[in-house]
Amino acid sequence: MPRVFIPPAIKTLTNDQAVVMTSGKSIREVIDDLEKMFPGVRQRLIDGDELRPGIAVTVNGNVTSLGLLQRLDNDAEVHFLPAVGGG
Amino acid sequence: MATIDKPKYKVIGTRPIRHDGVDKVTGRAQYGADIKLSGMIYGALLRSPHAHARIKNVDTSRALAVTGVRAIVTSADLPEQGDRVVELGEGAVNMRHLTANVLAREKVLYKGHAIAAVAADNIHIAQEAVKLIDVEFELLTPLLDVQEAMRVDAPILNDEIRTESFGSAPAAQDSQPTNVAKHFIFEKGDLAAGLAEADLIVEREFDTATVHQGYIEPHNATVHWNADGKITVWMSTQGSFSARHQTAELLKVPISSVKVVPMEIGGGFGGKISVYLPPVAALLSKKSGHPVQLVMSRTDVFEATGPTPGSHMRMKLGVTKDGRLTAGAAWIAFEAGAYTGSPVGAACMCVFSCYDLPHGRVEGFDVCVNKPRSNAYRAPGSTHVAFAIETLVDEICEKLEIDPAEFRLKNAATEGTRRVDGPVFSRIGMKETVEAIKNSEHYRSSLEGKCRGRGIASGFWFNAGLRSSVSATVNPDGTVSLVEGSTDIGGSRASIAMQLAETLGITAEEVIPSVVDTDSVGYTDVTGGSRVTFSTGIAAIKAAEDIQSQLLQRAALLWEMDVSCVRYEDGAVVGPDGQSLSFKELAAKLNATGGAVIGRGTSTGEVNQAGAYGTHCVDVEVDPELGKVQILRYTAAQDVGTAIHPSYVEGQIQGGVVQGIGWALNEEYWYDGEGEMRNATYLDYRIPTCYDVPMIDTIIVEVPDPQHPYGVRGAGEVPICPPPAAIANAIHDAIGVRMEQLPMSPPRLLEEILKK
Repeated sequence: MPRVFIPPAIKTLTNDQAVVMTSGKSIREVIDDLEKMFPGVRQRLIDGDELRPGIAVTVNGNVTSLGLLQRLDNDAEVHFLPAVGGG
Repeated sequence: MATIDKPKYKVIGTRPIRHDGVDKVTGRAQYGADIKLSGMIYGALLRSPHAHARIKNVDTSRALAVTGVRAIVTSADLPEQGDRVVELGEGAVNMRHLTANVLAREKVLYKGHAIAAVAADNIHIAQEAVKLIDVEFELLTPLLDVQEAMRVDAPILNDEIRTESFGSAPAAQDSQPTNVAKHFIFEKGDLAAGLAEADLIVEREFDTATVHQGYIEPHNATVHWNADGKITVWMSTQGSFSARHQTAELLKVPISSVKVVPMEIGGGFGGKISVYLPPVAALLSKKSGHPVQLVMSRTDVFEATGPTPGSHMRMKLGVTKDGRLTAGAAWIAFEAGAYTGSPVGAACMCVFSCYDLPHGRVEGFDVCVNKPRSNAYRAPGSTHVAFAIETLVDEICEKLEIDPAEFRLKNAATEGTRRVDGPVFSRIGMKETVEAIKNSEHYRSSLEGKCRGRGIASGFWFNAGLRSSVSATVNPDGTVSLVEGSTDIGGSRASIAMQLAETLGITAEEVIPSVVDTDSVGYTDVTGGSRVTFSTGIAAIKAAEDIQSQLLQRAALLWEMDVSCVRYEDGAVVGPDGQSLSFKELAAKLNATGGAVIGRGTSTGEVNQAGAYGTHCVDVEVDPELGKVQILRYTAAQDVGTAIHPSYVEGQIQGGVVQGIGWALNEEYWYDGEGEMRNATYLDYRIPTCYDVPMIDTIIVEVPDPQHPYGVRGAGEVPICPPPAAIANAIHDAIGVRMEQLPMSPPRLLEEILKK
């Protein structure tokens, strides 16, 4: 099952759990899953039908440009991080 | 220094003359201010004389009456944006803030903030007319210090800002307006437990000044708003597609109605991603019916474009007596400038990334102050935190009497290390850069002399992937015309052409690269994030593979056999019975075998780079009576994956180091109490010259990035990260003074010497 690392800023919504196992097969399904377990999480991560501006998602260490559409392997590790720009 | 036996490349690793070299050295290269269009008129901007004021009234009537004035625009001519947040190529931007930064609306938030613009028959008329625009201000208290701005009773810059922390509903969290626009938190392990394991804890507070990227060419834009609604922008930009998107959003016109033509660029380093002038020139063009050119002065560039932010940081590291890091804590506040958007998030993610830290906690704050809206600068945020954390590492080494290279090798992040911000590193070369310095002749040499000292420091930058497009057309003479969307700042025409050439088995000189406008190539993200040689390189490799595939079909057609019988090998198509056609021979037959062969390649951002490390060693001599620091010797080791064109890699490293030396020793915005920058020219804002730095020796370390076909890692940004810390550590070694502020300029250093 994909492991989702919860950003410290929203751990209050997950009863202080830092890592949550989900059954989602995509980032969208992962967030749906989190929302079922911990209501309020979706609103912190999604705006409309996309990730909130300024939030990036990494899967196994790679920032994905597919956002919510990114498919996940069973052993995927997911992080939500601030989007970073370069110079 | 390579970590593996490199494949035998024919083009990669060589040093061909850059394709744009002749135009650059003969002065024929066309920069933004060089463009002259029929009927073109010239614009000038009215800028705020105050750092913080409410605009009560703007009266343009006297200026409009001047003979030769063709148009005047103010913020009233820009569409209302509301609080939309839009991804504009490299980061999310609040459109209310972006439009107010282009032309101030209710308030001016920094000295130099643009208020209105005039277009006239010549620049002199425009500049005189600007003086006749009457603005009534209500003066407000300027805020110039990040800690002052964080106070609950501080004057508020933007009434609509509430602290946002990872998607928090703004109003719900705090109904009071604040200058703290964003709050970041990262945690790993148990900080308290980690600190409890430590035998030694070191902690200090650090401050860094506002610093400009120091590009030589000022911002410029020439815009023609045609009668059919098509808008063409000629400009200096790091990202033509991002500039197109920003311009279209600011003007609220369809993105397809804007074409951006990127001119040659005289430096950017992150400062030429945001747009300032194109929407203003576009509105002036629409009103006047003429093409309009706007070019900033040097003072405009300093006062009104985005520098890298000043900062205040509190850092703590715990370590066992045998030199093993146990925990680290960082509190980082960045001056965003007038509007939110400093790179403090990136700083938080970089601060401990050189080390395998078991426990850590990082907090970051993005804080508005009355300075220009900050912008990216080479590894944004990472240099600030490298100065702080690498100073603490040096202090640990001093107190535990451990060699600083050995300490870094013992604690270095490696493949599999989990960062404090969460993800796990793939193959990285931190350790290899430290080993390169440790084994260097420089580090092993003795340093003699009074008030001389040596310091080392390491730095990290992520390096981006993102999206790029290229197309490549085979010409009948066996050359290839390569069309790309990545604006060329540091020699990327050559590095991209070389990857195409290597893949096709031809020479770099047989590739003719062109950087084209937004109507002529597919979407391409900005030239930034050290991404172009990696990501646009992947696009070029894919285009070459596409060409290979088409050439196989042509050869099969000529030899009347199935395509599965032929193969591409070393720049030629080879058949099963010894048939062979070189790339050049086959290129001559294209029109007779079906016409043009055009290869296409895109990099979709599906893979990222693994990150880059550098470790630097510097020798300094301090004049204890003047506080002046002289750089005696400098060696920079950097993991670049695979050096496509070693000369340009060395140039990137040397350029980054020199900028880091300037940041370390001299560069800073000098503000008076009213918020006016008092050194807004290169006479007074002192960047290093060749008299200030020795030859920067480079050690190219090659730990190939497995996510690029040739192992490329971006090289452009990380070399700016270690210099301030390395120099601070060398100063301490020289005279025993531990510096906590940048720049370590003569008066500041002298003050610390006298305290001692």
